Amino acid sequence: MKKMLNIALPKGRLGEKVYAMFEQAGFECPSIKENSRKLIFENEEKGVRYFWVKPSDVAIYVERGAADIGVAGKDILLEYEPDVYELLDLGVGVCRMAVAAKKDFRDDTRKTLKVATKFTNIARNYYSSLGRDIDIIHLNGSIEIAPILGLSDVIVDIVETGTTLKENDLCVVETVVPISARLIANKASFKFASYEIENLKNNIAEIIRAKG
Amino acid sequence: MMKINEKVLKNGEKAIFALRSLYRSYGYSQYKMSKFEEYDLYAENKSFLVSDNIITFTGAGGKLMALKPDVTLSIVKSTKDSDMALNKVYYNENVYRAEKGTGDFKEIMQAGLECIGDIDDYCLCEVLMLAAKSLSIISEDFVLDISHHGIVADALDRLNLSGTAKAQVLSAIADKNLHSAMAVCESEGVPAKKTELLKSLITCYGDPKKVLDKIEPQLSEGKAAAKELKRLIELLGKNIPQDKIRLDFSVAGDMSYYNGLAFSGFIQGISQKVLSGGRYDNLLRKMGRKSNAVGFALYLDLLEELEDEADEYDFDAVLLYDDKTDISELKKAVDSIALSGKSVKAQKGIPEKIRYKTLMKIGEKGVEILEENA
Repeated sequence: MKKMLNIALPKGRLGEKVYAMFEQAGFECPSIKENSRKLIFENEEKGVRYFWVKPSDVAIYVERGAADIGVAGKDILLEYEPDVYELLDLGVGVCRMAVAAKKDFRDDTRKTLKVATKFTNIARNYYSSLGRDIDIIHLNGSIEIAPILGLSDVIVDIVETGTTLKENDLCVVETVVPISARLIANKASFKFASYEIENLKNNIAEIIRAKG
Repeated sequence: MMKINEKVLKNGEKAIFALRSLYRSYGYSQYKMSKFEEYDLYAENKSFLVSDNIITFTGAGGKLMALKPDVTLSIVKSTKDSDMALNKVYYNENVYRAEKGTGDFKEIMQAGLECIGDIDDYCLCEVLMLAAKSLSIISEDFVLDISHHGIVADALDRLNLSGTAKAQVLSAIADKNLHSAMAVCESEGVPAKKTELLKSLITCYGDPKKVLDKIEPQLSEGKAAAKELKRLIELLGKNIPQDKIRLDFSVAGDMSYYNGLAFSGFIQGISQKVLSGGRYDNLLRKMGRKSNAVGFALYLDLLEELEDEADEYDFDAVLLYDDKTDISELKKAVDSIALSGKSVKAQKGIPEKIRYKTLMKIGEKGVEILEENA
């Protein structure tokens, strides 16, 4: 029997873009395009089984072996540090993790810097590399409002176009790290399906190269 | 002689019996230790530990004690340098570590062995062979990945990286992350030509001969390491099927503790590595010892992922009785079912949420069957 690769894709726009790359690479699964509430799709002939999961959960599915491979944003990989192989930068979902603040912000280094963020691990690692003392305020959404209301001095968040920041009178102070979608693999699955995973990875790499 | 019904043993428990006998037959003696250790031992060697989150408490006399998060450090601590003798020990102990993510503590069943003393090729080969045999006891479908810090160090040293960048490249090697490794080299201004070996170490893995053929011509300081790997793999090939042994440089540990050989074991159906080992002379130097050492640990609690399908029934029989039942008759009936090799649960009411093959009742006319599910 052909070894089926379980592939976790992030639900939403990024996931659809990524699926298009897999399809182009020869791992199509037509049923995925049918309008249904199904979450798992299979193409036995191509040896692939796709499933849609919440973007921030992809790394967990892969790390725990429920998926052999998956596509996760670099932000998620840096935040949760899953023990997985990071095989390829897919070059889609490109944005950056940045420090943003009110336009008139000046860092008063005599004080502890108050940082509001969803990404506490990334923020902690970044400021610890600078040796800056910070107070992390973990928020789950609408991070931009924190500096406006005086809850924090700065925010650490994903910035795509910068429109949301601009509309809220905020601006990027510093880029922490560039972000894009990555192809990840479970380390144990890789040992027993290395041919299948490598083959898929190489085909996708070829598409990325061709696109330039 | 105690008889053991294998059916009631879990995979981890079965493995322990087989592993003990394997290690004993190669001259390793069992090392039994206390569950506690002074915290200082771990505080001084935090980066040797998988997780630095440790359960501590104050012992008698006010000393800060810890529930063991690791076995190797305790074994090394208790081992004295001796000129000729090799210290070969195996263990089967529970360790206590914080779970990644939640931070909750977990009890982890570990088995493993350590060989401490004057380590030569024979010792290295024996430990590698025992690692492979340990995996094969659990499942025939296993892979033993082997790496060598001497080769990884060769690739890193020629890059002349700063401390942080070096750590980033090491982590990229461990994650087979070529794009990040190259990005770090580029930002550090490393000429492309000097990254060739690094590229090969990240992208080449699998058949030891093919991998060595590819990387050996690129090596300088790492040549001796490649020769050592060649010798060991050739010796190992006499005991272990060649397709089970692979070279993979993503296997690596903290280089301030580990040096030389490093290896990891995987089993089909288990989502993480089940075996981790290597040579750790550097740890012994840090602890003021002259000896060298090599060993490995097996994470037996992971074998639960291999457990067979849950039994269809909780018990073969449920035997109902009531207040009027003659207890000696009941005992006789229960004993007779249990002695026939079946499981039986005696109780007064019909149990909820219990699956049984046969429901029986003991009354004036003896045992009668009320329901058969099988």
